[in-house]
Amino acid sequence: MTYIAKPKFHHPGLKKNELGYTHRDYEGKISTLCAGCGHDSITASIIEACYELSIEPHRVAKISGIGCSSKTPDYFLGNSHGFNSVHGRMPSVLTGANLANRDLIYLGVSGDGDSASIGFGQFAHSIRRGVNMTYIVENNGVYGLTKGQFSATADRGSKSKKGVTNTDNAIDLVAIALQLGATFVARSFSGDKTQLVPLIAAAIRHKGASFIDVISPCIAFNNHAGSTKSFDYVREHNDAVNRLDVLVGRDPIAVDYAPGTVQVVEQHDGSKIALRKIDADYDPHDRLGAQTFLARHAAKGQIVTGLLYVDPDAEDLHEHLNTVETPLNTLEADTLCPGSAVLDKINASLR
Amino acid sequence: MSDKKPISSVNDFVVRFANVNGSGSASANEMFARAILRHGVPVSPRNIFPSNIQGLPTWYEVRVTEEGHLGARGGVDMMVAMNPQTWDKDVAGIEPGGYLFYDSTKPMPSTKFRDDITVIGVPLTAITNSTYTDPRQRQLFKNIIYLGALSALLDMDPKLIEQLIGEQYKGKEKLLSSNVHALHLGRDWALQNLKCPLGLRVKKSDKVGDRIFIEGNSAAALGAVYGGATVCAWYPITPSSSVAEAFTAHCKKYRHDPETGKAKYAIVQGEDELASIGIVIGASWNGARAFTATSGPGISLMTEFIGLSYFAEIPAVIMNIQRAGPSTGMPTRTQQCDIIACAYASHGDTKHVLLFPEDPAEAFEFAAAAFDLAERLQTTIFLMLDLDIGMNHRLCRPLKWDDAKQYDRGKVMTAEMLEEGRDFGRYLDVDGDGIPYRTYPGTHPTKGSYFTRGTSRDRYARYSEEGSVYADNMQRLVRKFETAQDLVPRPLQANAERPTKYGVIYFGSTSPAMDEAIGLLEARGHQLDRLRIRAFPFHSSVASFLAEHDFVYVVEQNRDSQLRQLIVNENGIDPVRLVPIVHYDGTPITARYIAKAIGDHQDHLKVTPLRKAVS
Repeated sequence: MTYIAKPKFHHPGLKKNELGYTHRDYEGKISTLCAGCGHDSITASIIEACYELSIEPHRVAKISGIGCSSKTPDYFLGNSHGFNSVHGRMPSVLTGANLANRDLIYLGVSGDGDSASIGFGQFAHSIRRGVNMTYIVENNGVYGLTKGQFSATADRGSKSKKGVTNTDNAIDLVAIALQLGATFVARSFSGDKTQLVPLIAAAIRHKGASFIDVISPCIAFNNHAGSTKSFDYVREHNDAVNRLDVLVGRDPIAVDYAPGTVQVVEQHDGSKIALRKIDADYDPHDRLGAQTFLARHAAKGQIVTGLLYVDPDAEDLHEHLNTVETPLNTLEADTLCPGSAVLDKINASLR
Repeated sequence: MSDKKPISSVNDFVVRFANVNGSGSASANEMFARAILRHGVPVSPRNIFPSNIQGLPTWYEVRVTEEGHLGARGGVDMMVAMNPQTWDKDVAGIEPGGYLFYDSTKPMPSTKFRDDITVIGVPLTAITNSTYTDPRQRQLFKNIIYLGALSALLDMDPKLIEQLIGEQYKGKEKLLSSNVHALHLGRDWALQNLKCPLGLRVKKSDKVGDRIFIEGNSAAALGAVYGGATVCAWYPITPSSSVAEAFTAHCKKYRHDPETGKAKYAIVQGEDELASIGIVIGASWNGARAFTATSGPGISLMTEFIGLSYFAEIPAVIMNIQRAGPSTGMPTRTQQCDIIACAYASHGDTKHVLLFPEDPAEAFEFAAAAFDLAERLQTTIFLMLDLDIGMNHRLCRPLKWDDAKQYDRGKVMTAEMLEEGRDFGRYLDVDGDGIPYRTYPGTHPTKGSYFTRGTSRDRYARYSEEGSVYADNMQRLVRKFETAQDLVPRPLQANAERPTKYGVIYFGSTSPAMDEAIGLLEARGHQLDRLRIRAFPFHSSVASFLAEHDFVYVVEQNRDSQLRQLIVNENGIDPVRLVPIVHYDGTPITARYIAKAIGDHQDHLKVTPLRKAVS
């Protein structure tokens, strides 16, 4: 259960990052999800990405909705505040939290039911507002916690464990995020940690609305033949456009890769993303191109993964609202209250 | 022709303007009300408008009241009938002996009038058409022309109206002079062609004092500015939208850093009420003062989050500008109909703090106080306004602020306190008042973090489905609600001159009508002690008041006497002793209505004993 704490002791030789934190400092409680759940791999990737970036764990706010995926923030960054909020409403809670204190890192964790069904509206509107966040959907195409109903990302024609065929069209959250103006859009697979970890790291460093759709097979209810979110299916149909590395405060190590296939993208905060291109023609700065590319591959039954789009100079909601640099939650009466002299003038104008 | 003597009254009458909405009449009508105020005579204006933008009937009613009765009076002494659509109803609504003012450009058949009223025809269209060629100008200046004619008929000082025009069009000389010109066009026509003044007159007085004239929504928004709200999330809904709009306007004036020009606030128009309350809860969880403004349908949508706020103990301020329900109801009509919906909002066992301001001055005070209460109690605070207070200009005492006041940020454990080794349990009742400490996210690298959830958990915020742990937490929430009793504004009691067994309880916008009704009831020989409830949970003085009286009338503006239900439920008293007096047709309650309802009941109680009658 979630109240089972992990033992604190660890190997004395455990590697430390720039801030002196070990991997263990980024872990949370023991997962209560099913053994082998894709979500646990995503949790591991989040831990890895935060460790790699040398983030102070307590400076992250983890916010989720309701569902299996939304339980996972308890399993990483144990020294961060977490908020397991209301089904489908993570985006609004995160937006509010972000407005209150722009200095923290906001990690929104959601699922396909949480974001594509009940919370489709909030997903859309938080993206279009450009909230500075990393929005991860742990997408298994199924309602796991209520035992196997289809979600809105389940492909048409796919079969449930009970043998029912889905007749509704699927929502592709990546396509929607691109359309709505997300400034960092990626897809990955929970089983592909080498691709996922740098994607999460790059998303965290990105200022603006970062969205990552992570296909994450549900081993209990959606990992059978006929499912299009199973380990086997995704591995067979995965078409990666690129692999990337995130370089913070280090020289770009591009020498490992053949010239012409590496593209370095410098983000707003100075960090660099080195993209090892697999598809030589793919341009991650072309929103329209990304949309077309995605649609073309979807028609062929291929699941495109990698960094699909990034706008390194994106603005976020705080810039749109022109808010002060100081977090709003630290302001007190001396700066917020206009005082009695002003009130007297207001009174005078109302006579 | 009139067979009824024309009404004769100085500084005590009701003028109602019947207009078509979208015709630009609102500003001329408001100027009429303000002009009377400038004579030192209190007025109480009310907008009666449809849920529509252009073309439907709208009314603006001005009660001129030297005595300062600010509730609606009922009845119309003078009708300014500018809307052919509603003519028949408008003419029928005039008190016998009253006056009908109309545009006489086109002749009307005599059947369209009444014998018992004075009819005043002014050829407004003819005057405007001969003066202006632009159709837009014709429309707008027609309103100012009737204002001018009325000023002559009611013996108003034109200088005071000119002054108001001067203030309104300061720096726009062309508009200023053309408005003054239009005013005199109407005034001069009336002076030359009609017998001026009428029996209804405005006479200079000194009854306004230092009072201000403001809409409740604007005052509440200003309260949010003074109370330190930094995050506002809202979704447009009548009659609450003007709260967020006023907050935006006030913030633009008072909340920008003078050096950088940057905003010390964030306002988001949400995609719906769910997102609005979600943003408020996210911001409050993270330590900002946040609020939303909405009305009944919005409250219905927000209830899941309100339950989270209650159970996970996250501050939130919700301003509910009530309108007539249920469902879409009457969106532009007033009621006090969300008392139960707000007091017990959301599934499971919940209770919420409600504040009931009586006018804009209290709306300002309570709005500011709501943020202190929300952070102190770590729960949702409802500011219960209604359309009558929110969207009408109301004369009220000036707004006051004590510069020595610091915000009460509640129990927040800081990094220093954690460092000192203080025991942090997010749901641990350390002080016995049911209120635990919280930490803001990002406070300390290794101490004070916790996982917020809507599921049950123990005192240290660890997930638990143990029955005893759950019950322990629910009991603490009851304790916390008891603590709230002494923190919220107390009821105000006013006793009758002579001791009486009868009392009356009322709240919110009913206040001015109730105050006036007391006078009417006293004139009928009925003595009543009054208790104005200003908040829920009820202070212990409510129970004492109930104990001290045989019968207590509960006056409210909804069908099901919701406050009475709440009192019965929370105090466990015999419902028979609480007599419901309800008014719920969407118009503001009047003194006449209250006095009749209570008076009739009182007369009924005073049945002559049988033995006495036969002896």
